[in-house]
Amino acid sequence: MASAPSSAAGTRRRMPTAIKILVAGGFGAGKTTLVGAVSETEPLRTEEVLTDRGVGVDDIEGVETKRTTTVAMDFGRITFGDEFVLYLFGTPGQERFWFMWDEVALGALGAVVLADTRRLADCFPAIDYFERRGTPFIVAVNCFEGAQRYEADEVKQALQIGPGIPVLLCDARRKESSKEVLITLVQHAMKMRAAR
Amino acid sequence: MTYPPQEPENERWLDESAGPLVRPYVMTSGRLQPVRGEFDLITLVEATGPAPSVAIGLGPEHLAIIRLCQTLMSVAEITAHLDLPTGTVRVLLGDLLDKGLVTVQEPQPEIDMQDLRMYQAVIDGLRAL
Repeated sequence: MASAPSSAAGTRRRMPTAIKILVAGGFGAGKTTLVGAVSETEPLRTEEVLTDRGVGVDDIEGVETKRTTTVAMDFGRITFGDEFVLYLFGTPGQERFWFMWDEVALGALGAVVLADTRRLADCFPAIDYFERRGTPFIVAVNCFEGAQRYEADEVKQALQIGPGIPVLLCDARRKESSKEVLITLVQHAMKMRAAR
Repeated sequence: MTYPPQEPENERWLDESAGPLVRPYVMTSGRLQPVRGEFDLITLVEATGPAPSVAIGLGPEHLAIIRLCQTLMSVAEITAHLDLPTGTVRVLLGDLLDKGLVTVQEPQPEIDMQDLRMYQAVIDGLRAL
């Protein structure tokens, strides 16, 4: 993929680099809340058509059957000077079609898996997916009012994820807390890249 | 000669829940793939100039994209602001790129994301929010 603008207008200024972070989690886990807490704009909504390319390919017949599904995603934007633009995509996580997410996950810097301790199982498919895909991810436990408080270690144990994966508690409504979640993710992703 | 009874003016069969009157594929003349470009959701798009006054071969949606992209926009933002499906926007952007009316920057593929400086810049930027 070319990183230079592909038009002939060579005199135009260099465009910033766009970066993508996914915020995954079950319905109502607070994805859009977290995106909205740090985004410079109100969260917007887009949809992406996911294609299941791998399933149903019949080599003998040469007939490829594709399944497609459309998912809605709320997203926000943070501009860092004129060099980088960060987009945060809230991706529905408990859905059965996680195996179709490659198109959205492609090129992502990393992912935040938002967990709700009242429905912890909702985030399992997202964790499985990012583990298998090798996408750097962290788990942020959104502390809802009225929900029983757990320590990050207890959640980590319940999720049975690797020791190197950060798990932290957060309040997705608060900007400072959501910032901390994202900083933790980027630091983790940076460590993973450096270790490669 | 008899006429069918007139429907009252306010009795509309079509409302928002009936969906758009013009189906998205009409805007793209039935095309599903852009003539040029990949157009990831975070591909950045900027118009090379103001919307042309004589717009041969361009539809109102093409012009709407040019007007929107006077400032830098991602594909995701274009779809959200114009309330159009991503597939439709990709085809329309392909046309505009082909005519040199927009410049685009595709995101870096994962393999090129070794740039540790970028990670540090994002961390610093987040801290400064």
